[in-house]
Amino acid sequence: MTAVLRLTGIAKRFGATLALDGASLEVQPGEVHALLGENGAGKSTLLSILGGLVHPDAGTMQMGGEAYAPRSPRDARGRGIALIHQELSLFPHLSVAENVLMGTEPSRRGLWDRERARSLTRDVLAEFGHPDIDPDALVGRLPIGACQVVEICRAIATRARVVLMDEPTSSLPRGDVERLFALIGRLSAAGVAVVYISHFLEETRAVASAFTVLRDGRTVGAGALAPVSNEEIIALMVGRTVSELFPRRERAPAGDLALEVNGLAAPGLQEASFSLRRGEVLGIFGLMGSGRTEMVRALFGLARPGAGSVNVLGRTRPLSEAPARRLADGLGYLSEDRKGEGLALPLSVADNVTLTRLSSCSRRGVLDPGRQRAQAAERARELDVRMRGPGQPVRTLSGGNQQKVAFARIVHQEAEVLLLDEPTRGIDVASKAQLYEAVSRAAAAGKAVLMVSSYLPELLGVCDRVAVMSRGRLGPARAVAEWTPEGMLEAAIAG
Amino acid sequence: MRSELRQRLVRFGPFLGLALVVVFFALASGAPERYLSTNNLRVVLAQTVIVALGAIGMTLIIVGGGIDLAVGSTIALTGVLCALAIREGWAPIVGVLASILAGGAVGLLNGLAITRLRVVPFIATLGMLGVARGTAKWLANQTTVNPPPTWVNELAVTFPPVPWLMFAPGVWIALLLAVAMAFVLRRTVFGRRVFALGSSEPAARACGIAIDRLKLSIYGVAGLLFGLAGVMQMSRLRQGDPTVAAGTELDVIAAVVIGGGSLNGGEGSIVGSMVGALVMAFLRNGSQQMGWPSYVQEILIGVIIVVAVAIDRWRHAQQGDAE
Repeated sequence: MTAVLRLTGIAKRFGATLALDGASLEVQPGEVHALLGENGAGKSTLLSILGGLVHPDAGTMQMGGEAYAPRSPRDARGRGIALIHQELSLFPHLSVAENVLMGTEPSRRGLWDRERARSLTRDVLAEFGHPDIDPDALVGRLPIGACQVVEICRAIATRARVVLMDEPTSSLPRGDVERLFALIGRLSAAGVAVVYISHFLEETRAVASAFTVLRDGRTVGAGALAPVSNEEIIALMVGRTVSELFPRRERAPAGDLALEVNGLAAPGLQEASFSLRRGEVLGIFGLMGSGRTEMVRALFGLARPGAGSVNVLGRTRPLSEAPARRLADGLGYLSEDRKGEGLALPLSVADNVTLTRLSSCSRRGVLDPGRQRAQAAERARELDVRMRGPGQPVRTLSGGNQQKVAFARIVHQEAEVLLLDEPTRGIDVASKAQLYEAVSRAAAAGKAVLMVSSYLPELLGVCDRVAVMSRGRLGPARAVAEWTPEGMLEAAIAG
Repeated sequence: MRSELRQRLVRFGPFLGLALVVVFFALASGAPERYLSTNNLRVVLAQTVIVALGAIGMTLIIVGGGIDLAVGSTIALTGVLCALAIREGWAPIVGVLASILAGGAVGLLNGLAITRLRVVPFIATLGMLGVARGTAKWLANQTTVNPPPTWVNELAVTFPPVPWLMFAPGVWIALLLAVAMAFVLRRTVFGRRVFALGSSEPAARACGIAIDRLKLSIYGVAGLLFGLAGVMQMSRLRQGDPTVAAGTELDVIAAVVIGGGSLNGGEGSIVGSMVGALVMAFLRNGSQQMGWPSYVQEILIGVIIVVAVAIDRWRHAQQGDAE
């Protein structure tokens, strides 16, 4: 059988970084192929090369036995490659139909054929099990889950031979993940090959049959997925065994009350009450849209609460306060939206780390760059941020290292109460382990940590207590030993 | 229900603003029959032609996520070219077409600077603002160019040469082009791609749209319209003046923005932009009739621009749209 895709010896350099160095990939027709590796291993670059967005410096590519060297995304599309991006790439001001068909519009002499566009889109949406989405709806007004559906439908609509999916499920609610998997199954049965990147290994297993592991831009393993264990794959990915992904620290006796919330309500949040002590990690589990992010944002003054009371470190605080006041109260916030809200991407590591407490490296409003760099370098070292130096722009770091910088900022801020919203979303396994370590260290040092996550294993592995958020209501917090993954999921779905 | 009402209000917001301005001046002038007379309408529309033509081109550019600061200079340059051509004895129609094409060439140059040199539109066209203005002065020998009278001079006059036209030929030309461009933006593949480009350039690239070619077309087509606006400018003045239309780009951008165009791209409509141009024209005309000094007009127009955009932002916040 001729492989539909065969890549050998692919190399790509971006400035000083060697993103790919001897990557290979072989995909059979109709196969679902998992592309695995840490963030920064080169997976996304490899997909970008396949999608015609980036041109390789070296290596050969073949598609169905013929040479393949796409000059542009247009070229790649024409050859039957469809790329679904990690970050949504939609047109918020255009309709669903226009989004799905953009680039391959049905037209008669340059006129956009609205009727045909509508029916084509309706067919594709129905095929994906979403006849409920209106082809005429404006994409900017759709919930994020529906946006992902639109994005995937765009790939289906081009009738591709190879579909490249870069973390397609990271923003999908559960039901849609199942629909996506069913669709991948149908694509595969129809002879379409799917190359699939995900950080959820369990999820990958459910859908993929073959795998390729990249490490530092090089292919270090490939084959059938079934006979290989998760541990073996993780070992390939990180180049060492992660024997302890979740650090177990000695339990410090619970300290003073650090954060007490009663009857908090805000837009998207019905009611949340909980208490958090120093030295404790409290997990909040909830699906997308359950109100978990809204709760954290309301606590940090980024949304206006409608009711409730908030007590920080023994002092009752006004319900509605600006984030600057919350910072002064001792709260630290790690946003789920790393690139939009979490970091100032064009600024340096040093600027990003010290931003919330520039007083530590300035005198009478004048910054001391030397001290700033030294302090940032110190924090970065604690978290093992891989960088050239504290002057490096955060934009040029890998996702995992960016997230470590975001965490380093809270540490530098000396926040007493850490509000972490999806602290490990979309980052590699090794960086995850380092962040878990950092969370545990913070708790051991007497900080109080609130960790919002939709990743069950990390909540069970890192937290002392977990509460489940469902439909805007926060359930009671229970010790982690009293929870099972199934129980948490049930609580999250049932409500 | 309330949100539906609000939607409707939003869609007709620019119209409402226009109606308010007209009604206010009709009443305030104390002589509504004069303010609303056909004659006054002729005056207002003839005055609007240049900004309206500019706004048609600018809508295309702004919807596509760009900006053009060189409109005023392009108008001066093409106006001078038209006057020169006619003075040198070219057939008027040839002079007019050459000026329009020259406008298109200026637009293409803008597009080339943006796509080939990777200069952001603001800077590329800021450069062209100087280049085109300087070229106009150079060609005109730093003075006005006076061509012999031809039919071109009648294009944008207040009273049309043939009475049954009712309004200046330029008014009808602008209306025709506005309808054509509205159709292009709404119903053609090209138009939807312009919206896509302005809405999200990376997404448009990922969809296989040839971004650079699209941008060249946008600036080129808009340039043709600015060239025609230059011809109208020459027609109104009956001469080519290289110093004319300084700052017209701001009126043009204001018209698009009052009409609901977003400088972030992806939003805007020809109808809105035309209403925006009319709001400013009626405001100017009304202030003149009231005998208000020109600084009052300037302040009023400034306030209206900011209020129009503030209302627009407020509406986005209400709808929870992605910015």
